[in-house]
Amino acid sequence: MLRIRFGKPALGALAGALLLAISACGGGGGGGGDAANTGASGSGAATSDLKVGLAFDIGGRGDKSFNDSAYAGLMRAKDELKAEVKDLSPVGDGSNRGELLRRLAGAGFNPIIGVGFAYAGDVETVAKEYPDVQFAIVDAPSSGPNVTGLTFAEHEGSYLAGVAAALKSKSGHLGFVGGVESDLIRKFEAGFVKGAKDTKPDIKIDSKYLTPDGDFKGFKAPDKGKTAAEKMFEDGADIVYHAAGDSGLGVFQAAAAAGAGKWAIGVDSDQAQTVKDAALQKIIMTSMIKRVDNGVFEFVKSAQGGAKGGKTISYDLKLEGVGLATTGDHISDVQDKVDEAKKKIISGEIKVPDKP
Amino acid sequence: MIGAALRRTLITAAGVVVAVLIAFAVSSIAIRVAGADPFAAIAAMFDFGVRPIDQVDSVTYWINRSVALFIAGLAVAVGFRMNLFNIGVEGQYRMAALVSAFVGGQVLLPAPIHLTVIIVVAMAAGGLYALVPALLKVYRGVNEVISTIMLNFVAIGLAAYLVRGPFSGRREAGRLATATPELPPSGHFPDANFLITMFGLPAPRGAGLYGFIGVALVAGLVIWLLLERTRFGFEVKASGMNSDAAVASGVDPRRMVISAMVLSGMVAGLIGLPEIMGRNHNYGTSFTAGLGFLGIAVALLGRNKPVGIALAALLFGFLDRAGTPLQFDGIPPAVVEIIQGTIVLMVVIVNEVTRRIVLRWEERRAAARLGEVPAGAAA
Repeated sequence: MLRIRFGKPALGALAGALLLAISACGGGGGGGGDAANTGASGSGAATSDLKVGLAFDIGGRGDKSFNDSAYAGLMRAKDELKAEVKDLSPVGDGSNRGELLRRLAGAGFNPIIGVGFAYAGDVETVAKEYPDVQFAIVDAPSSGPNVTGLTFAEHEGSYLAGVAAALKSKSGHLGFVGGVESDLIRKFEAGFVKGAKDTKPDIKIDSKYLTPDGDFKGFKAPDKGKTAAEKMFEDGADIVYHAAGDSGLGVFQAAAAAGAGKWAIGVDSDQAQTVKDAALQKIIMTSMIKRVDNGVFEFVKSAQGGAKGGKTISYDLKLEGVGLATTGDHISDVQDKVDEAKKKIISGEIKVPDKP
Repeated sequence: MIGAALRRTLITAAGVVVAVLIAFAVSSIAIRVAGADPFAAIAAMFDFGVRPIDQVDSVTYWINRSVALFIAGLAVAVGFRMNLFNIGVEGQYRMAALVSAFVGGQVLLPAPIHLTVIIVVAMAAGGLYALVPALLKVYRGVNEVISTIMLNFVAIGLAAYLVRGPFSGRREAGRLATATPELPPSGHFPDANFLITMFGLPAPRGAGLYGFIGVALVAGLVIWLLLERTRFGFEVKASGMNSDAAVASGVDPRRMVISAMVLSGMVAGLIGLPEIMGRNHNYGTSFTAGLGFLGIAVALLGRNKPVGIALAALLFGFLDRAGTPLQFDGIPPAVVEIIQGTIVLMVVIVNEVTRRIVLRWEERRAAARLGEVPAGAAA
């Protein structure tokens, strides 16, 4: 009956190890990629008493996007406020988020920032344990008197990306690649689609999410991003917008390989600057910037001034919390239309949905 | 005979120690390349914090992490014992965690019954999800490695759909994380903080020491009894070592595949419960995924024996915890992943080497015996 037998224990063990290796590649292997540059952080030249702790979510530093934007804010606090800073990343499966916050609080860091909405529960718990420490959470509302929520109007910024893409598209066909099908990333899609359709009602938009909700691999899988974007370019799309963290690199590679006239739109950071490869910089039409760096820096600065939490700061278009990057001058010819849409959103004339 | 068994155990234990030491040596190179001092890194791993409360928190995290890893290792080991590669522990424990968290959030019962209901539902869900690849293997000859890997993807997708659809709970405005309805207090597993406070130490913060550690130990004991002291366990082992011989001696291979797979799935159902019943009180975005895959490494390292798995889980838990103090000293946390990977590889190699040593040694002993007997008969 049992045709396939692994007779010797050693052979079985070896097979198991191989399978483990396979699953580790696909699974929670995150965080390994930036081993070389993670060590550089830490003991900065501290001349004030300000000690700022920051905890990343899975994926962590080096994504040239969301997390690196938060890191840029931390570095600005280090330079301008002379703060001592410390950034930590969780284990591959993110099971020690609370432990990271506790270690930072225990080591005297104040304020402390949790990056990413998955920290919501842990920040709430740990903030209660340390009522004298100020916490901030990126992408989630405040959950206590010493917690500041930093949220962003991703849908509004994405609307502008949709307007620009619709105006620039020659084929009338766009693409959207989302990392993980969570409500956060659906905000990006909703804004992008609405912006494009409002500009050109008959435009075609392909949407693709790399992994379902709860499976964070989609933010860390450039190969999947590349496959998804390749398909869209082959089907006739000429501009693909991504909200996929590290996986966005694959979208850029696909756009570069698809040939002239194909563009990609970056996300969170000004990716035409943060992505190091010059060939990829050229095909990034614009980026929907989410100023996590400003949010982090402003929070640290106000905490230094003695401000208390308990409120949620929503970084929208009015606060310049989101917007389009202009590096490379690829969208200067449609800038007027983009600015017009921006004014209408700020004035309330255009309501951008946050769900597709 | 007792002497021989003892000697074999000693060689095995020595092999594991050697494997761990070699792994640390290999990792030292990686640490050096990353620009840090290997000795400082190893010292940092033992940094549990300065104040007693920090130390208690660190140890609690270590043990809590090990509890989940131990159960995951047990689940995988049950299949491994009869050469059934249940790679689907990942999917089984996610489905079980989701379903039991949802069911637990729907009912209001006295605490002991409520806790039992959640545990039973989780084991049933895990077992049922493991039944699918078992039936496929028995009746259609589908290799369980393929089917369980595929069913993992199904489980992840299904869980993502259910938690945001039919099983989703109430969400506070602006919160982007999705989760099942919160368990009522009667469904919260009491913590085991008394194990720490009775030594005059402060109680750990956060969720505390998982009380589920008791359930995990009972599960380990039951699995040990089942595998080592019952006919079922003997048949499992016999099927694993030589299925043809097992069939010839009257073991029904279909029944064995189904029961071992379902048992593995039932144990897998427990993996997520310490977290759900003891900390999060729901299944949602921050649920720890990937323990099913780590369980493969833990089972391999623990040589599929409950005591070995417990030690392996403690080692992996220790290394996972060490990632945080390493980062405080500016050493990349990827070092931990390198050490874990090297340990597993080394154990596989050392396993083979010790197996050969034991085999050769037993051959020599048998040859010596054979040499003695005719000599004695002639005299």
